[in-house]
Amino acid sequence: MVELIKLKSDDMPKLPRHAKLRYDEARKKWIINAPERVFELDEIAAEIMQMIDGNLSINQIVDKLANKFENAPKEQISKDVIIMLQSLADKGFVIK
Amino acid sequence: MKQKNSKMECKNSSYITPEKKSKMLIPYAVLCELTHRCPLSCPYCSNPVQLEMKSNEVSTEIWKKALTEAVKLGILQAHFSGGEPTARKDLEVLINHAAKEGLYTNLITSGVLVNEERLKKLYDSGLDHVQISIQDTDPENSEKIAGFKGHNKKLEVCKLVRKVGLPLTINSVMHRQNLHNLKSMIELAVELDAERLEVAQVQYYGWALKNQTAFLPTRKQLDNATKVVEEARIKYKGILAIDYVVPDYYAKKPKSCMGGWGRQFLNITPAGKVLPCHAAESLTFLDFENIKEKPLSWIWEHSQSFNRFRGTDWMPEPCRSCDRREIDWGGCRCQAFALTGNADAADPACEFSPYRNVLEEPLSKAGTDTPKFIYRKF
Repeated sequence: MVELIKLKSDDMPKLPRHAKLRYDEARKKWIINAPERVFELDEIAAEIMQMIDGNLSINQIVDKLANKFENAPKEQISKDVIIMLQSLADKGFVIK
Repeated sequence: MKQKNSKMECKNSSYITPEKKSKMLIPYAVLCELTHRCPLSCPYCSNPVQLEMKSNEVSTEIWKKALTEAVKLGILQAHFSGGEPTARKDLEVLINHAAKEGLYTNLITSGVLVNEERLKKLYDSGLDHVQISIQDTDPENSEKIAGFKGHNKKLEVCKLVRKVGLPLTINSVMHRQNLHNLKSMIELAVELDAERLEVAQVQYYGWALKNQTAFLPTRKQLDNATKVVEEARIKYKGILAIDYVVPDYYAKKPKSCMGGWGRQFLNITPAGKVLPCHAAESLTFLDFENIKEKPLSWIWEHSQSFNRFRGTDWMPEPCRSCDRREIDWGGCRCQAFALTGNADAADPACEFSPYRNVLEEPLSKAGTDTPKFIYRKF
């Protein structure tokens, strides 16, 4: 049986096999294909999802984002990243 | 982030952005009905009453061409359905082609024709997801509904799907004769390690309309089912996603059928006809184009059938001035036509429909009589 995941900042999240990230030429957007669902990603979500490959921890992802978006406070980035990934984990589209 | 439901079934969808209205819409999914052949004969089958014979089925090459065209059109997901799609020997070839083109592939099957070896082949071909139908948790009733002795085989195949590493959705069409087992169906889905359970409602056209009195649940059954689902969604959060909508006969608002006619989906029949929804052939006054003769993009953009109920211009009142006209898109055209004889009418499932009273008779019969099934057959 699948376990309910509670993501922590040192976890290394990734997509399960049934969720596939790709760039969609027709819509000019990053999307995640999942069973009977399509998630259209905004710019930030696309940045994050491209980094979750099972090799980077949430902390490392936040560091990378903090370097890129210098104006945003790191605590806020960290909070936003965890909320976004957890909402996908709750639906079974992010695992660790 | 925006979540889109790419289901071909009718359900509420909130995908409308003003800037998209002015330009051509990009479809999300294609439902490839590879064949009408099926060992099961479920009395609510969504296939048309007039089934296509094997000799009319589209060739492998034409299907491959259609899938390539689907990708160019911006389609993201291909659902392989039927009939029973595994009855086609070229299923692996088609899935492999779709996967290589970048489509997300979903197999919608009864499961009864496959074994572990075939599932491994499908996995290796690039299959992303499997959906298996289960008619009831009570084996005897399950086989009575399906008109086929295959309940245990289905359970076995569900386990094999997980064993070979594929994600699983259980699809259960629920109705008056199995709704009392909804709780055990949810438990079964968890036990089988499914990610999703689709609690589908019988849609009353075609075969199902012939069997309406046998299937239409009572209000009491539905209220109970809704409670069961609400509790299970909390209990199995993150473990099992449950899709469930109240059937439209008991709703105040119609379903946003296909997310709007010609807005998100295409359906290709075994004979190659391209439809805005799988039931559209019941609209007998429409002519449908064929992938053997026209490119998919032309059919999507220019065909009379796709443009007939696209957008809101076709709508009469009360839909035309309704503030939900771009939410539910007038409801279901096939249902309006089947129940009123007028395909432009507001869906009788809408509380504002002048035809709402046509639902009174079937609803008054719900739970009173259990006529024998009229099974789907050629």
